[in-house]
Amino acid sequence: MIYSEKVLENFANPLNVGEIENADGIGEVGNEKCGDIMKMYLKIQNNIIEDVKFKTFGCGAAIATSSIATEMIKGKSIDQALKLTNKAVVEALDGLPAAKVHCSVLAEQAVKSAIADYYKRQGVDPVPIVGEIEDHCDGQCN
Amino acid sequence: MVYNIKVDYFSINIIKKAVIILKDINNIIYLDNAATTKLSPAVREAMEPYLDELYGNASSLYSLGRKSAAALENSRARIAEAIGADPREVYFTSGGSESDNWAIKGAKHLMEKQGKRHIISSVFEHHAVLNVLESLEKSGFEITYLPVYKNGVVEISDLEKAIRPDTGLVTIMYVNNEIGTIQPVTEIGGICRSRGILFHTDAVQAIGSVPVDVKAINADFLTLSGHKIHAMKGVGILYVNKRIRISPFIEGGAQESGLRAGTENIAGIVGLAEGVCRAVGGMEEKHARLMPLRDKIYREIMKMERVHLNGELERRVPCCLNFSFEGVEGEALLLQLDLAGICCSSGSACTSGSLDPSHVLLSLGLPHEIAHGSLRISMSEYTTEAEIDRFLEVLPGVVDKLRKMSPLWENIIKNS
Ligand SMILES: Cc1ncc(COP(=O)(O)O)c(C=O)c1O
Repeated sequence: MIYSEKVLENFANPLNVGEIENADGIGEVGNEKCGDIMKMYLKIQNNIIEDVKFKTFGCGAAIATSSIATEMIKGKSIDQALKLTNKAVVEALDGLPAAKVHCSVLAEQAVKSAIADYYKRQGVDPVPIVGEIEDHCDGQCN
Repeated sequence: MVYNIKVDYFSINIIKKAVIILKDINNIIYLDNAATTKLSPAVREAMEPYLDELYGNASSLYSLGRKSAAALENSRARIAEAIGADPREVYFTSGGSESDNWAIKGAKHLMEKQGKRHIISSVFEHHAVLNVLESLEKSGFEITYLPVYKNGVVEISDLEKAIRPDTGLVTIMYVNNEIGTIQPVTEIGGICRSRGILFHTDAVQAIGSVPVDVKAINADFLTLSGHKIHAMKGVGILYVNKRIRISPFIEGGAQESGLRAGTENIAGIVGLAEGVCRAVGGMEEKHARLMPLRDKIYREIMKMERVHLNGELERRVPCCLNFSFEGVEGEALLLQLDLAGICCSSGSACTSGSLDPSHVLLSLGLPHEIAHGSLRISMSEYTTEAEIDRFLEVLPGVVDKLRKMSPLWENIIKNS
């Protein structure tokens, strides 16, 4: 299993690490049993993601996908951020080993989960907008 | 004469890169000797003639062939002496995996003749043992896997309870490769011999770290591999007690008494013999040098917050330690250490190539999240105190960096 230079770069110097105080939306996906947890914090104004930070427990790919995904949605509108796919995350990293593609799914879901939380806080039902958050991991590590 | 050397930008860059890589390799701190080891200069020197002018086939009758045959038999005798065996009991193989396969599949044939269908092993064997046992299970054999508990050692009382009238083989490793704990093989071998049960032990990680004497252990089969003792990858031995008539593993030519066909890898075998002799001869010195280093690593790492030693400290080889760091994931830890030029390994799911952390760590009863945060440090005779100091200097910062970005760590601290 070989990581691309891009993955290693994002792992070695991850961007947007940290928390946002008084964040407008916080999403968390994954679980400790499977070895990956991603937590994302959003600062949103006028439908624009003004700032985004993350904290991730996980492997090199989990940290690299968190870094690149947060970078890809920063400064974007919510609509644009919701269009972020795991495929785009993989492409931005010049590919991921097959066993690590689930990390890119997790990154996509973490973004969606944070946006869903934002809508919930606004008193808006997020499901019609964001869809169901697919947190596939059931902790069984089958 | 005029040389016209064209040095363009492209080739300069290649040269620059090569220099950087060479520099990096020279500065590497290699603490993954349970994975593989570097070739020792003495082994290389012993092998060299057989890579050059002494290339004869050991089965050929002319003198070039006879020289290879002599080197082969000399190597066999040297290894036999080092492990207390008779030269006729030493068979050369392609390494630890093949030897484990041969021992167990050979024992299977013997058991079938005796009408025995039960095998005892442990839950944390190498996959070269576990996967063979799994396939035997499919062909109707019953396997009992002894537990190893938190301390990483099998209990003799569990073995005694597991033995049945139809138990034909016990296969339990001498030293575990992930955590370094030593199994009570002498007692196990004694019990097996007195009950008429075949005993195989995988001593790949044991040789050079603990005494390996096939008679004292009462081993019927014993596995060794070259690349863990500064010899070559792809060469090893299976010791087979001479009272046992094992079935052939590779059919073909008459090599290895017709039991393991194939033109012998003379250079690799000569190197293996040198490696085994050096490992056995240098054991005490290595022990004396590595024990203080091991204790230093243990002392310093245990000063860190929420860290656990995996397996007990007492019954453990001097070269290997395995820790879990709460709140961090092992692969990320490895990659961070790699950025600092340090090579270690981890039993996290990400490094085991599956979704589960290593079966060894789970067998100790560790929860998944703790097993994911494991780090194995394995030293060799070449490990220096300066390297350990550098490792101990880098590690806390790396763990801290990962914990600072870990939501799991945040929860652990909040809930404590
Ligand atoms: C305990 C143990 N058994 C068997 C093996 C396999 O040996 P080899 O790599 O020579 O096939 C290894 C090493 O990978 C090992 O550590």
